[in-house]
Amino acid sequence: MDDPIVDVRGVHKRFGDVHALAGVDLQFPRGRIYGLLGPNGAGKTTLINVLATLLKPDEGSATVAGYDVVEHPQAVRRKIGLAGQFAAVDAYLTGRETVEMVGRLYGLPRAEARRRANDVLERFNLIDAADRQSKGYSGGMRRRLDLAASLVGEPELLYLDEPTTGIDPASRVDIWDLIRELVAGGTTVLLTTQYLEEADALADRIGVIAEGRLVSEGTADELKDSLGSNTIRLRVSEVDAADAREVLAALGDVTESQRGTFTIPATDGNRTLLEVVRRLDDRGVEPLDLALERPSLDDVFLTVTGHAPTRSGDADTGDTAADGPGADGPDTETDTDTDDEAARAAGSQH
Amino acid sequence: MATATAPTDVELRPGRFWPDMLVITRRNLLRNVRLPQLLLFATIQPVMFLVLFTFVFGGAIGGTIPAEAGGDYINFLLPGLMVQIATFGAGQTGIGLSEDLDKGVIDRFRSLPMSRSAVLAGRTLADLARNAFVTTLMLLVAFAIGFRYQNGFLGLVGALLVVLAFTYAFSWIFACIGLRVRSPEAVQSATFLPVFPLVFASSVFVPTETMPVWLRTFAENQPVTVVANAMRGLILGPGVLEEGTSVLEQVLLALGWSAAITAVFAPIAVRLYRRVTS
Repeated sequence: MDDPIVDVRGVHKRFGDVHALAGVDLQFPRGRIYGLLGPNGAGKTTLINVLATLLKPDEGSATVAGYDVVEHPQAVRRKIGLAGQFAAVDAYLTGRETVEMVGRLYGLPRAEARRRANDVLERFNLIDAADRQSKGYSGGMRRRLDLAASLVGEPELLYLDEPTTGIDPASRVDIWDLIRELVAGGTTVLLTTQYLEEADALADRIGVIAEGRLVSEGTADELKDSLGSNTIRLRVSEVDAADAREVLAALGDVTESQRGTFTIPATDGNRTLLEVVRRLDDRGVEPLDLALERPSLDDVFLTVTGHAPTRSGDADTGDTAADGPGADGPDTETDTDTDDEAARAAGSQH
Repeated sequence: MATATAPTDVELRPGRFWPDMLVITRRNLLRNVRLPQLLLFATIQPVMFLVLFTFVFGGAIGGTIPAEAGGDYINFLLPGLMVQIATFGAGQTGIGLSEDLDKGVIDRFRSLPMSRSAVLAGRTLADLARNAFVTTLMLLVAFAIGFRYQNGFLGLVGALLVVLAFTYAFSWIFACIGLRVRSPEAVQSATFLPVFPLVFASSVFVPTETMPVWLRTFAENQPVTVVANAMRGLILGPGVLEEGTSVLEQVLLALGWSAAITAVFAPIAVRLYRRVTS
């Protein structure tokens, strides 16, 4: 890859006994959205923290926009924006004060910080609320303000750590749109998510991370294709189950996920499907449901990580188990998430 | 290649320290202004101490206090109480930092190309301003209920400066605790660990003469007593001090403690800050 904006090689990070990053290699180009997908404690936030110069890797190297994160952290910091898992905005400051403050801390002169704060607040549809303290903002507005603050320095690379966890569905779509606009304007985005649909909807490339390793990588389509052929899913009534199993077994490896629900690989695509229909008909088995299915990202996830993905409905927002330096084991997960209910509500809509 | 033109880290440009520190100081001061109830409770507590101690213990203790206090316990009590409030007030530094960590604000600051020590310097400076405000209010209430300085106005001003130097130094101790202990509630409790023994085993409330020898040895040589004595010397005059010690000596000793505490704990705090993540 020519001049990748992020270049991670063999990065390890341990917190006590927890091997939060166990040899991560990752490169991605400018001007795209890269999605890091993984369950809680997979190491997503740790990787972001290394790339944002908050944590030093124990082994390996990482460069951002050409600068080594350990050798030239301040140069890296000038190129990046960070929006963490929770909106890190001061409730008692107005939206404008918040963004201007961050602008000043990027080293902008006062007038320039003011001008850019105004621009970015306008772009994020916060200008009407800009002079109110953010304690009166909704959850979605606070997230937008947090995003606005991370953009006031006009970073080349923006890290979004679970940008829509804990906000309502409408705001979620708003934020997706904002992220797409940003990338259209030339910003590169690295986002972490536990939501498959979010990675699918936004990311140009997806890296699946589990137990501190990047276990699979590619576009959403590539990941799905990597599972090989499509599958045929058949559901029959219980009395037909035995017959159906026999019919399918003649055509391929049968898996029975629930009683009466079978899948087989569709090695010849539609032709296999027709064959199934014909043979079922011969045996007098009436399908309750029969479909040719493309592998979903869920299947990808299941295959590469060995366990089912977090459904957005039961998402727990924390990545804390292996990601806090204070964590010394998987049992120390102490994430207290007041927005959990909101996360459920948000997730169930997608 | 960008690496070929890698600029010197801004860390090496000390020019960022002052503007960044002022931005952070302003942010922290705005919190006090916008949430006035914080300041209100921060003020009520010392005033309550002042009033209760003066009227509850004043009568009983009054006879044992040095003559230079003019026979009023409050004149003896106030300098000591100001030291106590200085240590309590410094605890806010730890609580504030811990809250910032909790909310992810420190992560944001650490991801910005700003001075590495500005967040702590701005925090301690804002807390100093806040504690100066609380101390001044307490002084005004003291005047209202009978406090009178005995050694000139300059002595009083000097005493204020000595206690503010001390609260600033203590802020750095609590900064370390705030960055080390993970939750604001735990920091709140941890604050009392250094504060209580130092404040009660001292000359803050009563003269140390009646304490058992082992305790007295500690009480007379620990910084809270040193600062309280320096303030009494400045407010009540040299006669209040043990024979053979001068006010100047006590003041230098008090300032020395503050300088030493800052010199030890500020670098530790900055080192902790540079490694901490939410």
